Amino acid sequence: MRGADGTMSVEGDKRRRPPRSTAHELERYGALFAARTGRMRSSAMRDLLVITERPEVISLAGGLPDTTLFEPELLRSLLADVASSSAAQALQYGPTEGLEAVKECIVELMAAEGMPVATDEVIVTTGGQQAIDLVCKTLLDPGDIVIAEGPTYPGAVPAFCAYEAELIQIEMDSDGMQIDLLEQTLDALASDGRRPKFIYTIPTFQNPAGVSMSLPRRRRLVDLARERELLVLEDNPYSMLRYEGDPLPTLRSLEVPRGSRDGGDFVIYTGTMSKILSPGIRVGWVVAPRPVLAKINLGKQAADLCSSSLTQYFVASYFANTDWRDYIDLVRDRYRRRRDAMLDALATYLPAEASWTHPGGGLFIWVTLPEYIDTTDLLARALRENVAFVPGEAAFDDGRGHSSMRLNFSSSSEERIREGVLRIGKIINEQVALYRSLTGDRVPDRPQDVAVDDASMAAVVSLRQRAERPRKRSHEL
Amino acid sequence: MTRVAVLKGGRSLERRVSLSSGARVEDALERLGHDVVAIDVGADLLDRLRDASCEIAFIALHGPGGEDGTVQELLEVLEIPYTGSGVGACARCSDKVTAKHVLRDAGLPTPDWVAFSEAALRELGAGNALGAIAQRLEFPLVVKPASHGSSLGIKFARSAADIPAALVAALSYDHKVLLERHVEGRELAISVLERPGGEPEALPIVEAIPREQDFYDFAARYDIGRTTFQCPAQLDAPLAARPQEIALAAYAVLGCYGFARVDMILAHDGEPQILELNPIPGLTETSLLPQAADAAGVDFDELVERIVESARVRSLQTR
Repeated sequence: MRGADGTMSVEGDKRRRPPRSTAHELERYGALFAARTGRMRSSAMRDLLVITERPEVISLAGGLPDTTLFEPELLRSLLADVASSSAAQALQYGPTEGLEAVKECIVELMAAEGMPVATDEVIVTTGGQQAIDLVCKTLLDPGDIVIAEGPTYPGAVPAFCAYEAELIQIEMDSDGMQIDLLEQTLDALASDGRRPKFIYTIPTFQNPAGVSMSLPRRRRLVDLARERELLVLEDNPYSMLRYEGDPLPTLRSLEVPRGSRDGGDFVIYTGTMSKILSPGIRVGWVVAPRPVLAKINLGKQAADLCSSSLTQYFVASYFANTDWRDYIDLVRDRYRRRRDAMLDALATYLPAEASWTHPGGGLFIWVTLPEYIDTTDLLARALRENVAFVPGEAAFDDGRGHSSMRLNFSSSSEERIREGVLRIGKIINEQVALYRSLTGDRVPDRPQDVAVDDASMAAVVSLRQRAERPRKRSHEL
Repeated sequence: MTRVAVLKGGRSLERRVSLSSGARVEDALERLGHDVVAIDVGADLLDRLRDASCEIAFIALHGPGGEDGTVQELLEVLEIPYTGSGVGACARCSDKVTAKHVLRDAGLPTPDWVAFSEAALRELGAGNALGAIAQRLEFPLVVKPASHGSSLGIKFARSAADIPAALVAALSYDHKVLLERHVEGRELAISVLERPGGEPEALPIVEAIPREQDFYDFAARYDIGRTTFQCPAQLDAPLAARPQEIALAAYAVLGCYGFARVDMILAHDGEPQILELNPIPGLTETSLLPQAADAAGVDFDELVERIVESARVRSLQTR
């Protein structure tokens, strides 16, 4: 061990860069930051989710598709195809609006969901996330109002905040956004001389709630948009991941009649390859009324000139050489089984005080606990048991959601889903019992047994009906 | 040149802050010409420490495991000199209840409190006594997990009705919780740093000023941009002397070494009340100890060097 003679001078020669003064750093950057960065928040919850990266943690927190289903051999042959047929172009910049061949794939996908569209109405984006960002960039000035569902996609909240929008969230129930509440909100705003710049919605298999907007509400929303000349941003990443029931028409297809070649007037539509092919390729798209599309194009030029040519060539090769429906069938089958495993586990392990949604598709189940349980604190406790979820507060910008959580079922095996829900359920049961003992309530006898019975009914009765049962299995979101 | 292992990360809830502290310390150590080995603390820590064959371990861990004496104990066994407080001081500081007992026994001011274990609440029916306890302490109360230095799990209870949910939240973090009388006043953080030569000095006071009115919202404090930190705090000379004296006394009575941060409330009556001691406060760009050191003319590299030097001095003394 070295002795006391080993002291280093602070002014030693080996210093590579000058030390920076802490106070100065803070002041210097503080003065340079744009005002909007003040709305970009860090949170305790985000710190907690850092721990979910550890391999021993069963993470029901992410929204990851299961990419292990994609055959490595197919990836190899498609990339070989790109290399042999279009190496130079795949390594080159491309048009801002995207490769024509990819736009043709998108036209095919949208046609399959009853949405006729021309290739010049489409802009390829770097994932659906960029579409949200570009729509915000195009439409929002500081202080503008955006309306969204409550809860909404947690990844959209930072986008709205970064453009200093005021976010108003409309409560949902098992039929999606409550349009009568939306109308009341619009009326209240109008009496103040204000109106939202756009209404953001995920009508089908919503993230995080897992519910879909009913057909009458879809019609009403499109009518409202037309009557009041409001833009609606329809985010539709999940509709092809349907595990039961019949497809519902998208808002865009309700606005633009079948066979029409006119672009819509009030619906901006965004889709993505992330859930039906791969999120790693970062290919999404946006379809919008032409004047809006022109501004989005300018915004995209500034953002990244164009999306990756390499992955766009990959997408074109994929659609040319395979039937894209096959892979969707494959993932749909796997996710359906995982969803069922999670619903079973919730019914088995969660106490009577909990309620949750029954998603007909998508990636998420939204669980609501008694209001005395804060899910951010619950996450801290759950991490001690190596299991994670997204606390509900992430899906709100107004402090709501503290007793809810989002569970993802697409990225874990059925076994791990069961184990994860078991661990979460055990903690919730302990906390419910503790709360009851603190407030003097009687602890019910083995609530789990009753829950199993209810689970068998979960698939056949609607959320509304189940909500009326004595053991409340679902809830108003 | 000294071979220094920087211990960071770990699996505590403060992992992110710790990674950030650690990275900054590594940069400083390299600038100072030391040989640096970074270790993200996990189950293989023992092997990694043996492989590193370091002369000193710089502990940049926050929260349970790193700050509660666990890692320090292991380093004692391995006979590797380490930075900061020893096992006993870490154990005392990281349990807020123990720390408050030590402070009170030494006649130092800390707000009134009552502590409970989860077992007492569940098995002894201590929950029935909550009403009486709350009345004695008076509302609003702050309900806290006994461990953890961050704002996680800390809730205000404005009335008796808030207490059960606050206890459920706090017990998510620890088996022991405390209900503490809320003292209104200015929030001060006083960092203590060992002088080269071995005398601890109190650094300039940092004051945390919430930007929004709702100071019951602990989450607000956590969000950068929602709290302003002023250093040095604007306090008249006589008012500033007392918190610094008390911080030094608390540092001494808890047996801290090297550096620490003492958080207190300067009550409206002018009397400081100690809330807690952090034996390994954050060392990130926005952390309070580096800010306070900077205000005292000690830049980050010098701060790191002084911490390393104090570890070396201690290892010589105990040899």
